[in-house]
This record gives sequence, structure tokens and C-alpha cells, in this order.
Amino acid sequence: MESYRRNFRAFLAFFTPSFAWLVLFFFVPLAIIWLYSFGENETITKIRVTWTLDNYRRLLEPEIVSLFWRSVWLSVLSTAICIVIAYPIAMVIATAKPKWKPWLLLVIILPFWTNLLIRTYALLNILGTRGRLNDLLHWLWSMGDGALAALGLGDLQLLGERFVPVKFLGEPAGVMIGLIYVYLPFAVLPIYASLERLDRSYLEASLDLGASQWRTFRQILLPLSSGGINTAMVITFIPMLGSFLIPDLLGRGQVDMIANVIERQFKSGNDWPFGSALSLFLLYVTFILLALQSFAAMRQRRREEARG
Amino acid sequence: MVSRTRQKRAPAGPFDYSRKVSLRLVFFLGAIFLYAPIVVLVIFSFNDSRRGGNVIWKGFTTKYYEKAFNNDALVESFINSLTIALVSTIFAVILGAVTAVVLWRFRFPLKPVYEGMVSLPIVIPEICMGVSLAVFFSSFGLYVPRDVAFPLNLTNIIIAHITFSFPFAAMVIRTRLNSFNREMEEAARDLGASEFQVFRDILLPHMRPGLVAGALLAFTLSLDDFVITFFTSGPNTVTFPIKVYSMVRFSVTPEINAASTILILITLAVTFVAMRFQSFEEPRK
Repeated sequence: MESYRRNFRAFLAFFTPSFAWLVLFFFVPLAIIWLYSFGENETITKIRVTWTLDNYRRLLEPEIVSLFWRSVWLSVLSTAICIVIAYPIAMVIATAKPKWKPWLLLVIILPFWTNLLIRTYALLNILGTRGRLNDLLHWLWSMGDGALAALGLGDLQLLGERFVPVKFLGEPAGVMIGLIYVYLPFAVLPIYASLERLDRSYLEASLDLGASQWRTFRQILLPLSSGGINTAMVITFIPMLGSFLIPDLLGRGQVDMIANVIERQFKSGNDWPFGSALSLFLLYVTFILLALQSFAAMRQRRREEARG
Repeated sequence: MVSRTRQKRAPAGPFDYSRKVSLRLVFFLGAIFLYAPIVVLVIFSFNDSRRGGNVIWKGFTTKYYEKAFNNDALVESFINSLTIALVSTIFAVILGAVTAVVLWRFRFPLKPVYEGMVSLPIVIPEICMGVSLAVFFSSFGLYVPRDVAFPLNLTNIIIAHITFSFPFAAMVIRTRLNSFNREMEEAARDLGASEFQVFRDILLPHMRPGLVAGALLAFTLSLDDFVITFFTSGPNTVTFPIKVYSMVRFSVTPEINAASTILILITLAVTFVAMRFQSFEEPRK
């Protein structure tokens, strides 16, 4: 690497275009909504920056607090489920024969390249009360009912008198299925990367010293791959928390998340200052999470260095 | 033979998770979970049913593909999307390449800050970026006039797409640059090549696979984007995802399935081209 002073003109030639673009079309727009978040609507379209804190105070209204709460628990739960599913998937890929690895990875990554809207729409097709998922549940129900009848328990109606379709759309469950479906590949990749990197001799040592597979997994593998799990949690949680399309289409206006309310302030509500404050709040939460994650990664690296 | 008997005696080696049936089952079910909705969507694009077309199978037809192709608004939105993706990709690759070169080649004050700035568009929530760009364009009066001719009316969307896709391109290109042998550059310079010649004849050819991979990534990201486009598009500049979104809000029809299937095929094609250039053994984070 050379110092920028040694060849200043070349440095400027490479530096200026992207820097200018970034400032003009990324930081200036962010600065504007930052300013607007301290503003008031004078008329419907005109906003005056009065340095009022009202827009931020409104974040404490019970309605908005419950909105945050709903967004957070939906995202936390979906992230947790994602990790639980992603971990075994990553384990299978990381320990597969080298010939198979790229293909197994591709199986997981490919849906991630498909348009988000189309994937959400695909779920919309499936999750309806007369959709394919309920068909599957109905089939499972009749299998279970048949099995119970065969056992002579048919009269007890343990599974209910008849199949009742489960409502997913407009319910938190539907939104969660959507979040997990869309962000599962995000969770697999970092876990896979950390499993791929780790020193397998620790596992051998643990098994040789008589620990069970389960104990080896819990006390050796899990701590060694915690870096990957942390990354996976952060990169699935952040987009989930800010997701718009999934709660919009699968929640049907019944299960709003932060982004849906932001959208309404800008599109139909016409309350830009409050929408700006909400967006900035989401942005700050993202930054805090990222900072925590890089802090955790730094500590982990230091610990690994100390171990040698 | 010997190894097989040994495997039987030690069924669970230290890192043999891929041989466990339970874990394989999780992988298998996970894959079904990821693919079943898309497969159903494709199958039902051939369903011969008018209303609520995704409920009951009523026989095979391709008429909804015909209908999609004859839907002028849909075709126009598709052309818009492809145009935006193409133009923004060109800019994103150029900006991404110069960013990657700056970060790879130079030491300069506050470099970590600049690195953070470049990766910010990757990490911030899409909705924040969409909202801020929408406010930016309208508060600077950067409305695209209604009667502007075709590619120019997409300017705002193209600017937005370049902004979120060039940092991704920069990351991909920078990875490629790491494998560059600096001695080649020095040799060229010793032999009297100018700064520009070194860039054009030595560095650029080495970057090419990275440029292609970055371009394909930018292209897919642009084609895929809904949220940011949703905030920066006007009533006359509808992209394919925006159009599909408005159709979905009205009703669920096989026509949307047909249009989606076509887009899935295009994405698949782009992905397979990308795979030929970018080894997918190194996962993107």
C-alpha cells in the first residue's frame, strides 16, 4: 500500500467520484431527514425545522411503544428460529464431502437471489386458509385422526371433530413464517463460514477424552462457532426489524412493523417529521446492534489470540 | 473395504455431522421449506382458473403467459426494470471499481472512517434509505417532469439504485484485487508505463472477473429492489416489482404467477452466469 501523498493526483482521481456520490446521494438525504425529524408541518407539504423534540416525544406514545415491542419480539423470535434451523443446515454443509459442498451451499443461496417480492407473493399463495399449507395440515390431521381411530380412540375426538384451517395471513404467525423464509439463507452463511474455519482437533480431543457427542457439541462446538452465530443473529435481525414488504403483504395491515408505520407517514399520512424521527430511531437501533456485534467480534478475536 | 468397516465401527466421528440422518433430515426439510412456495407458484402459473387462481387446480394452460405478455403496463414495467438495472449496473461497477482501488491501493488519513462510510449503504435498513432519498428528491425539487422521454424519466430510480448497489460491487472487486501481484505493476512502471497505462493494461485485466461478478451482483440487486424503488418512483415510472405489488394488492391471479415465473427464470440465468465467474465456495457475508 502506498501513501496517498506519493501520487496525489491518482489518489484524487480514484477517491473523488465515489466519495462525492456517497455524500450527495447518501449522506445529504440522511442529513435532511435528520433535520426534518426536528421539524413541524407548516402546511401539508411545507416543513419548518423548529428544533422541536415533539416528534421524538411521540415515540413514547403507547401505540408506538407497542409497535416497537411487536416488531422486536417478532424479529427476535424469528431470528432465534432461523438460527436453530440454520445451525444443523450449516453443520451438514460444512462436514459434507468437498465435492458436494458447493452444491449444498447453492441449494441454500439460490432462493436468496430470487426477487423478495416474488418470494413473499409465493408465500401469500401458500398461507391462505385454502392454501397449500392448510392442505398439508389437513392431510396430516386426517392421518392423525385415522391413526387414532385405528387405535380405538376415534370416539374421543382428540384432534377435534373436523379439521379447522389455520389462519396465517393477518396473524403474527404468518409474518414470522415470512421473516424466517426470507432470511434463513442469511443465517446459514456466517455459521457455515465459522464451522468451516474452526480447528477440528478440539472436537477430536473432546471425544477422545470421553465426552459424549452432545456434550462435545454443547461445550466445544457451540462456543467455538459463537462468532458465526453472533454474526448470523445480527445480519438476520437487522433486516427483519426493518422489513416492510413481509408484514405488509402477509400481515394484511393487522401485524404492522416499524417500516409499515414509517411508510404510512410518507405515503398517506403526510407526517414527514414524525416519519423521519421513526426512521432515525430505526437507524440508531441498527447502529447500536452493529456496534455491539463488532465489539463482541473484537473481544472474541482477542480471546483467540490469547489462546494462541 | 477396510475404510468402510472402520466407518461402521465408529459411526460418529468427530466432525461427521453430514452423515447423521437427523441432521440430513433437517437440511432436507429446510430445502423443502425454501423451495416449496416457489415451486407451487410456478405450477399454479399454469392453472386454468380465473379467480383466486391459486386455490384449486383446474387444468393446464399457458394462457396466463399470453395474458402477461399482452399486458402493456406489465411489459412496460418490465422494460423499465431492465433499463434501470442495466444503466445503474454500469455506474455501480465504475464507482465500485474506483472505490475498491482506493481502499486497496492507498494509505490515507481517516481511512477506516471512509471504509465505514462505504459499507453504510449495505447495512442501513432499506426503508431509511428509501425514505431519505424520497425526501431528498422532493425537497430539492428534483421531480422528474411528466413528459420527459423514456430513459431519462427513470433518473431518480437509477440514482437510488446506483447508491445502494455500488458498495456491494466495491466489496466484490476489492476481494479480487487482493490477489493482485504488485510486482507486475512495478515491472510495468520500471519499463516506462504511465499511471494510466498501468491501470489500463495491468490492473484492469486482473480486475475483470471481479468486475463481472460485481456487475452481476449489482444487476440482481437492482432487479430485486422493491422498498427503495417504491419510495423513489413516480406514478409514471413503474418498475416490475412495483407493478406486481400493485397487482397483488388487488387480487391474486395466475397472471402474476406467470410474470413472476419469467422473472425467476431470468434471475436463475443471471445467477448461473455469475457462478461461472465467481467461485461460490467463498460465501458472501
